[in-house]
Amino acid sequence: MKSHWFHLMPYQDLPEDFKEKHPSVWVDVSSKLYNPALGHKYYNEYLDQLEFADSLGFDGICVNEHHSNAYGMMPSPNLILASLARRTSKSSLIVLGNSIALYNPPIRVAEEMAMLDCISGGRFVGGFPVGTSMDTNFAYGQTPMTLREKYREAHDLIIKAWTEPEPFVFNGKYNQLRYVNIWPRPIQKPHPPVWIPGGGSVETWDWVAEHDYMYAFLSYFGYEPATQIMQGYWEAVDRAGRDRNPYRAGYLQLIGVSETDAEAEKDYAEAASYFYHRCLHVPDYWAAAPGYLTLKTLKSLKSPFSFEQLADLKWKDFVDQGYVIAGSPATVRERLVEVVKEMNVGQLFSLLHFGNLGREQTRKNTELYAKEVLPFLREQLWNEWEDRWAPHPLKEEDRMPVAAL
Amino acid sequence: MQEVKVAIRNGKFTTSMQWGGSGEPLLFLHGAGGPMVGAPFLEALAQNFTVYAPAHPGFGAGTGIEHIDDVIDFALYYHDFLDELQIESPHIMGHSLGGMLAAEMAALAPYRINRLVLVCPAGLWLEDNPIPDFFLFNPQQMVEHVFHDPSGPMSRMFTEQLQDPEAQLEMYKCLASTGKFLWPIPDKGLKKRIHRLHLPTLLLWGNSDKLIPPVYGEAFQHAIPGSRLVHFESSGHMIMLEEQDAFVEAVSNFLLE
Repeated sequence: MKSHWFHLMPYQDLPEDFKEKHPSVWVDVSSKLYNPALGHKYYNEYLDQLEFADSLGFDGICVNEHHSNAYGMMPSPNLILASLARRTSKSSLIVLGNSIALYNPPIRVAEEMAMLDCISGGRFVGGFPVGTSMDTNFAYGQTPMTLREKYREAHDLIIKAWTEPEPFVFNGKYNQLRYVNIWPRPIQKPHPPVWIPGGGSVETWDWVAEHDYMYAFLSYFGYEPATQIMQGYWEAVDRAGRDRNPYRAGYLQLIGVSETDAEAEKDYAEAASYFYHRCLHVPDYWAAAPGYLTLKTLKSLKSPFSFEQLADLKWKDFVDQGYVIAGSPATVRERLVEVVKEMNVGQLFSLLHFGNLGREQTRKNTELYAKEVLPFLREQLWNEWEDRWAPHPLKEEDRMPVAAL
Repeated sequence: MQEVKVAIRNGKFTTSMQWGGSGEPLLFLHGAGGPMVGAPFLEALAQNFTVYAPAHPGFGAGTGIEHIDDVIDFALYYHDFLDELQIESPHIMGHSLGGMLAAEMAALAPYRINRLVLVCPAGLWLEDNPIPDFFLFNPQQMVEHVFHDPSGPMSRMFTEQLQDPEAQLEMYKCLASTGKFLWPIPDKGLKKRIHRLHLPTLLLWGNSDKLIPPVYGEAFQHAIPGSRLVHFESSGHMIMLEEQDAFVEAVSNFLLE
């Protein structure tokens, strides 16, 4: 079982009456709320946390992309990874990912990811999300109905740009390039591992399974809906004639480790409330621009994920309904093993910082997880399977050491 | 009027069309809300004209939207449609999205169209009077923007219809297809082509239209030399429903001149 330390990089100083006074955390969130001096503080604090996770032996450190969003301060996650590539040495560097339909031309993504693979000595994992409707349709103006087609063309172009040894012509519907010839080239051959973050679209499952990629279900709704989604994904894996190797699946979970169960509420309740009630203050009208979801997915959703439904939840609900797995190391281990086995998931994206969780508590959470939870999961689960979706770095002795003055 | 099935380009596109009446041919191009099946104004126009009112690709029964990338493809599809149905020198009337489409058809081939009626068309963009982002509207916001009387019987009927999940799905589909032509801003270059509309053109606008405000009527009139602009006191964006008789009379008088 792999554990990846995932950072969203939220802005921590949204006012207490944010939900009452502001329409949304996303798309039209007022930039008057943003203090760049605090941005300086948080970026550096968050980079410290990711570097710390590398030093404690997490399998991966992981960031993602959002736009016009106060809970995700990474419009360009590649900048963050570039910094981490220089200051870490062991963990995989995972970006989940670049919304490739947004880049024109998308070979920019192929180039940047090749750079990251080279700088990090082949520790890089590239994620290609379609992107949420807020990020792609509203913030970046993409036509909803053609977004997925444009995404797939961008994917085909990037893979070809990584693997074709000679310059080639690409005559696509959305991209016309006479000379595709990227420099530098990725270290990993044929190309860095491709992981696909998804939100539960039916079409994505089949496509991921056909391409033999890793599917990461990134939701903040905990393991109950994730179990349903994963069931759909595994059926798609069966349809494609692939094995049920758990490492071809991942999911995101908010986790809070304390010394005892009783302490968990004191340690994490406020941060969870900040996360669910301020960071995820997203009105339903942003959730899916008309055409963003196919009719097939729309019909398959029994109850679409609605951020508005989070409004009334309290700490007890977060824990009971699996939004947050929190408690003593033993409790966290037990619940994680249970749900991870049920979902058959081999890659865990552990959200050990969430909301406005303080620096010290984040450190404690990371340490307790690294010491008491991670080794247990690593030893107990899935050792009969090979993780074919992990990066293949250069040998230790061929890699440049971490910069030191 | 009857409902007939139509296949264009050997079935690449299929649709259903309300068709009937007698007189000169009149092609009606519906708006973003979808085909107005059974609307009485079409029956009334069929008294004087042979009315063709098809569903667009991607709306109602219309298929083939995946073969249309932009508004020019869309306009050329309807030129194919006229060719294949052998409709000679039609009048074309378009509403909202359909008005933009009618204007684009006329810009491509003004000489094949008899007269043009644009009912509060989309297609232009005025910085000082932006068209609201109707893709986000809930049913209540929709009626407030499109009807003169947001609490009247027509508004109530509209919101009631949208309680049905099937109707919601159909609306989602219509707006998804509309996105191909109007997302994220309903300005796709008509201003570069509108000077080609040198044919008799009538513009109809509801004074209470909050979706495409009446100031756009003036912009269209200004851009189409010789065009006429008629205002409707008690209408919003749905003149043909809100003031049906006056609407039919204005259209008929103009087309029969």
